[in-house]
Amino acid sequence: MPDATELELIAQELRAAEGSAQASSGSPVLETVFFRGRATLVVESERIGAVLVRLRERGYGFLASLHGVDYYPHEPRLGVIYELLDMHKVDRITVKLRLASATPEVDSVTPQWPTADHQEREVHDMFGVSFRGHPNPRRILMPEDYEGHPLRRDFPVGGEPVLFTYNEGETRGSAP
Amino acid sequence: MSAGEESTLSAYRRREQSTTIAPLEEQPRAHTEAAGDGTRRELLTLNFGPHHPATHGVLRLLVTLEGEVVRDIKPIIGYVHTGIEKTAEDKSYWKVIPVVERMDYLAYYFNAMAFCSAVETLAEVEVPRRAQYLRVIHLELNRIASHLIWLGTSALDLGAVSIFLYCLRERERILDLFEMSSGQRMHTRYFQVGGVIEDIPPGFARKLRDFLKDMPKRADEYGAILNANEIVLQRLRGTGPLDADTLLALGVTGPLLRAAGNPWDLRKAEPYSSYEDFQFKIPVGTVGDNYDRFACRMAEMYESVKIIEQALDGLPGGPHITEDRKFALPPRHELATSMEALIHHFKLVTEGFRVPPGEVYYPIESPRGELGCYVRSDGSSKPARVHMRDPSFVNLQALSHMAQGGYIADMIATVAMLDPILGGIDR
Repeated sequence: MPDATELELIAQELRAAEGSAQASSGSPVLETVFFRGRATLVVESERIGAVLVRLRERGYGFLASLHGVDYYPHEPRLGVIYELLDMHKVDRITVKLRLASATPEVDSVTPQWPTADHQEREVHDMFGVSFRGHPNPRRILMPEDYEGHPLRRDFPVGGEPVLFTYNEGETRGSAP
Repeated sequence: MSAGEESTLSAYRRREQSTTIAPLEEQPRAHTEAAGDGTRRELLTLNFGPHHPATHGVLRLLVTLEGEVVRDIKPIIGYVHTGIEKTAEDKSYWKVIPVVERMDYLAYYFNAMAFCSAVETLAEVEVPRRAQYLRVIHLELNRIASHLIWLGTSALDLGAVSIFLYCLRERERILDLFEMSSGQRMHTRYFQVGGVIEDIPPGFARKLRDFLKDMPKRADEYGAILNANEIVLQRLRGTGPLDADTLLALGVTGPLLRAAGNPWDLRKAEPYSSYEDFQFKIPVGTVGDNYDRFACRMAEMYESVKIIEQALDGLPGGPHITEDRKFALPPRHELATSMEALIHHFKLVTEGFRVPPGEVYYPIESPRGELGCYVRSDGSSKPARVHMRDPSFVNLQALSHMAQGGYIADMIATVAMLDPILGGIDR
């Protein structure tokens, strides 16, 4: 893990590099968090692709995990978390972005990181985050005609009729 | 079902019922141009699974074939999705352990380890050295058991039926050991936040040593049977190769990556639970074909035996679970005499312990690769989010890259060597 100082240096570097590239839009790094020996960069959602590419140039070449999280009832409500790993220095850094529930949209990183394919589809399926530019933006674990996003905090638990052949026309999955 | 009834179903349901899968043909796919002389171009889409003995679970593959050559594979998953991550949000921390154990059902100790370690990191609970060693013993036993099931079922796919019975025989001995230490054979709930639930009973060490003495000999035998089998060798050698760079881009870890020559193993790279105390080697392959994957996992079993031997020899004394009564149940005998112990017991059993707010991602090396557990706490006694980065789920993306351009019979071998566990993929 980078220590607190190195995290600030990385954030500085990103601010300098990205800030000069797009002088009008300001810094891509909103916040740095150092918690339990783990470093997290909270970045602006619009700049996630550029930030991940910069971090890859710094050596964080392996996208270990991509997952979603729901901060309900706080806003911006949804979060997408990218766990990056530098296999040579054995160093991890977490990149996090927050999305408002009104516009849960972010650029897909699948073109640059093929491993994100299934994981972005899972986040889309479970949290309703749309990944712009994903090659196959469909549900992955739930049926394609499922309504709602089960891992959102306000999604009700239980009470869903079980789908059998005999009641297929009456339950979820029927056309209105 | 008559036509009138069918029309009440959504387009997706009708497509799932139909015998053709034409709408899926519209999806973008790679390498689907048929080769040939222009007179006999034909692509056949074959539905493979979800119920098929060679899919190791309920994995469904849409395979596009040109003759016998695989041109594209689309995995369709979700058939055993049980919403474990959602269920976990509704339970106090110590009740989540048995739920997450059911994700990757062959490597249940690893799921519990990832979750418990993430919670320990959040709550800053110190795990006693003896508990760390006991964890290593059980983790490595579980790794051998998981590899034995992989070896048995894979050999079954390759036509070597007898191996399956031998492998299950050895696995039974491991399950007997689990039963001895925890009372359960599978999904043991042995790991707790802060340590392990009970110390190993008298006789466990002797029985374990007997097993450790036999296991390398047994592994030799299995290796001898399979490595001298021309059919097995022809089906494994040179089939489904993929280089390390592509594997890394696809996020593949574990024996699949090591078979391609990259010695990445979290037990060495980022030691957790006292792995730095043990001497062991990381088996790596050279070309990354199915044979290398097979050989890597075979060699890992010997290394696991070595680790267990060292952990058993060097097993430190002391408590098997943290002394912090806010997280671990007090010993039974204290309940009769200590009011404080009774209060702690009551609080833990009714509400559970509270964990300070924060987020932690904790990766460990499971038999299939990097198993990471992400836990977010909001300060209450229930986790606000539990996510498992399951290696099977990520590794599955490499299947189409491995099998493209090979024969369909080689795809069976590739699926077997991929070792997907659908409980972990669908969660």
